[in-house]
Amino acid sequence: MRAAQAGVERRKLFDKLFVLLGLVVLVAAFAVLFALFLDLLRQGAPRLDWDFLTSYASRKPEQAGILAAWVGTSLIMVVTACVAMPVGVAAAIYLEEYAPKNWVTAIIEINVTNLAGVPSIIYGLLALGLFVYKLGLGQSILAAGLTLALLILPIVIVATREAVRAVPRPIREAAYALGATRWEVTAHHVLPYSMGGVLTGMIIGLSRAIGETAPIITIGALSFIAFLPTPPLTGEFPFLSFAWLKDAFTAMPIQMFNWVSRPDPGFRVNAAAAGAILLGMTLLMNGIAIWLRYRFRKKINW
Amino acid sequence: MVTPKSPAPFAKSIRRRRARDRVIESLLLLAGLVAVFTTLAIVWILVAEALPFFSHVPLADFLTDTMWTPLFAEPRYGILPLVAGTLVTTFVALALAIPAGTIIAIYLSEFASHRVRESVKPALEMLGAVPTVVYGYFALVMVTPFLQKLLPGLPGFNMLSAGLVIGIMIVPYVASVSEDAMRAVPNYMREGSYAMGATRLQTATRVVVPGALSGIAAAYILGISRAVGETMVVAVAAGLQPNLTWNPTESAATITSFIVQVSLGDLPHESIGYQSIFAAGLVLLVITLAFNIVGFALTRRFREAY
Amino acid sequence: MQMQISMPVEAQSLSDAPRGAIAETAPAKACASKLGFWYGNMQALKGLDMEIRDKRVTALIGPSGCGKSTFLRCFNRMHDLTPGTRYEGSIHLYPDDIDLVSRDVDPIEVRMRIGMVFQKPNPFPKSIFENVAYGLRVRGMRARALIEEEVEKALRDAALWDEVKDRLQSSGLSLSGGQQQRLCIARALATNPELLLFDEPTSALDPIATARIEELITALRERVTVLIVTHNMQQAARVSDYTAFMYLGELVEFDATSKLFTNPGRKATEDYITGRYG
Repeated sequence: MRAAQAGVERRKLFDKLFVLLGLVVLVAAFAVLFALFLDLLRQGAPRLDWDFLTSYASRKPEQAGILAAWVGTSLIMVVTACVAMPVGVAAAIYLEEYAPKNWVTAIIEINVTNLAGVPSIIYGLLALGLFVYKLGLGQSILAAGLTLALLILPIVIVATREAVRAVPRPIREAAYALGATRWEVTAHHVLPYSMGGVLTGMIIGLSRAIGETAPIITIGALSFIAFLPTPPLTGEFPFLSFAWLKDAFTAMPIQMFNWVSRPDPGFRVNAAAAGAILLGMTLLMNGIAIWLRYRFRKKINW
Repeated sequence: MVTPKSPAPFAKSIRRRRARDRVIESLLLLAGLVAVFTTLAIVWILVAEALPFFSHVPLADFLTDTMWTPLFAEPRYGILPLVAGTLVTTFVALALAIPAGTIIAIYLSEFASHRVRESVKPALEMLGAVPTVVYGYFALVMVTPFLQKLLPGLPGFNMLSAGLVIGIMIVPYVASVSEDAMRAVPNYMREGSYAMGATRLQTATRVVVPGALSGIAAAYILGISRAVGETMVVAVAAGLQPNLTWNPTESAATITSFIVQVSLGDLPHESIGYQSIFAAGLVLLVITLAFNIVGFALTRRFREAY
Repeated sequence: MQMQISMPVEAQSLSDAPRGAIAETAPAKACASKLGFWYGNMQALKGLDMEIRDKRVTALIGPSGCGKSTFLRCFNRMHDLTPGTRYEGSIHLYPDDIDLVSRDVDPIEVRMRIGMVFQKPNPFPKSIFENVAYGLRVRGMRARALIEEEVEKALRDAALWDEVKDRLQSSGLSLSGGQQQRLCIARALATNPELLLFDEPTSALDPIATARIEELITALRERVTVLIVTHNMQQAARVSDYTAFMYLGELVEFDATSKLFTNPGRKATEDYITGRYG
């Protein structure tokens, strides 16, 4: 009896030790990263000012800024969002609401899963061969935006499918029973009720795209650009110009990569500052996405 | 009271709505097919651009030559050094990510309270969203100097530092996928174990982990695939010199960092150097594809089990 | 107490009168003949023949899994939404005599003429007004005033108007379970259906809410043809004029409710209504 007792005590001790181990590993993982982030912020702090945001790249680290980079990133994100959102949502709707159980559907499903696991640099090679050369888009904002759109397509599709699947079947049945067609059920009910999840997926996809470096290096983004793309708004009719789509560009992660690969410590500081801004942007986007998901989950209680 | 309806009173409006539905359905199908086109395009582009390379370099040389110097005056095209660099960084990454990820997963799934779990999971998710180039900066500017204090003589570019940072990077992924697998083990299995007098740890290691094994294996394998395909960390921190070595404290290029290095230069389209990155990309695609297929097959088997 | 609320005056008087006589006076609204239904290789309904009388309430009873809901869902082609299903035989809808389950008849058209209320209240997460207006909008109605008029009428018919008239813009999900179900009835009534299907409409409700729904169904009699699936034999006895007893996908017995419950013609029916199985 006493032996059993001792055994129980020992086993309980192991339990406690494991909890301790789990906490240590978890805290260590977060602490290491937190320390690194703080260090990034501290290193970059001297350059985090208005001039940094409004200056072009320069040979002199203390004069260099990220103007071309953040404008480039923003324009690329516009292209990416405009392509990935409709295509991704449409594909997800097809798979969830329309697709019959046949080989075409199976092939689409396999491809979506598979594309999610393809390394991003492969998308870069695809874009280099297809967009830059075969389609003749050149090393342009359009090519970069399309590349990143393809890259985040699986993320948008998976998130949208999950959101759409969360709409209960009885809601769909109610709409069908009133004589709605499949598209009416989708457009009037399924999509509006799952909008929170769809937006969340989109933001998470964009936050991934914003930090992607490898694919746009591959298509040949320049890291030294001292001009801005053609402005999308013009003074004369029709006030909108799409010439910027064909312009050369640089982007935030490219700029950071360029600076981090230079031996001059001054550029390291710039890299840290650019990294802090980039990191802030992705964490902010993810935070918004998580908050949105939480809010929508609370709002609709089926 | 009986108001006789004309036959098919809504027929006209229905025909119009049906027609609209059919148009929309084909558009949606087209969007779904984009995924298929993308895969086909990837294979097509990689093969088409690598073919001229292989007409120039015999496949046997490519697979067995121990030197990769495509940009030299006397170029050698052996993929082995790049594969070795990729394998070494991946191995270092896994040596960190698998134990840490598994412990975190077991802790979250079997020990942590609901509240802890609900706040840690989104935090893990956010760590997974950190741009890889930022992780590259960490590896080069912070982790390497730190490691140099422990291992004097460690070069400024080395695979150890890059591998460790990739490991940190994929910990959230490994933890989150394995945790999902463990949570899917039905509760009656745990209860059976508790009823026998087992502690939580015993239940976790003897019931839950074996029960979730294929899911956990899938997490590891998908983690490997990510580590193999990771680009920016190695491009920044591991060095760009192809080097056939199994020693992680040395500097070496990987498949991915070679592609980046060539892309940064200004190689003319149609040159053998340009074609060589597609050959390297093809190798990378084959390796990751193999891991992904095994990983997804395991996840599917796991989902079927419960 | 509850019996008193839910035993409608009309139903009581009916149970005194010989129901067979009424049955002959009411024309048929729908007629199922040799109706079969398949889920893949599994046959769920076998050779059903049954007439639904116009402006009467017909109840479908039987043990769970007997196919009564499956039968009900044939009338508005709900099964078309599940791949791998197949109908056999026919359900003719009168007076224009279309075959509801025919391949040549568009399920959308069928559903535009036949309303349905589900087991659990399933209002859309939209405003009360939009819930009721939805069917009208699908039918192409655009005039605001007309829609408002129809919505009010439907809500009155569903005995919900007085409770919601001051908050038509609040969410349909903010109502109680019983109110939600009446909202769903109003939603179906707004489209002026020729036949209204109820699939165990009170199984998710408390006794008081159940009583109100039963009252409502009784009041709908004479206005619309009702087909109701219920797992509750007392409910069938209270609200219906005709009852069909189904077992293992077949129609065992179909008769005036008073006759079926007092003097069943088949042993299986008697066993079921006396509680020997089911």
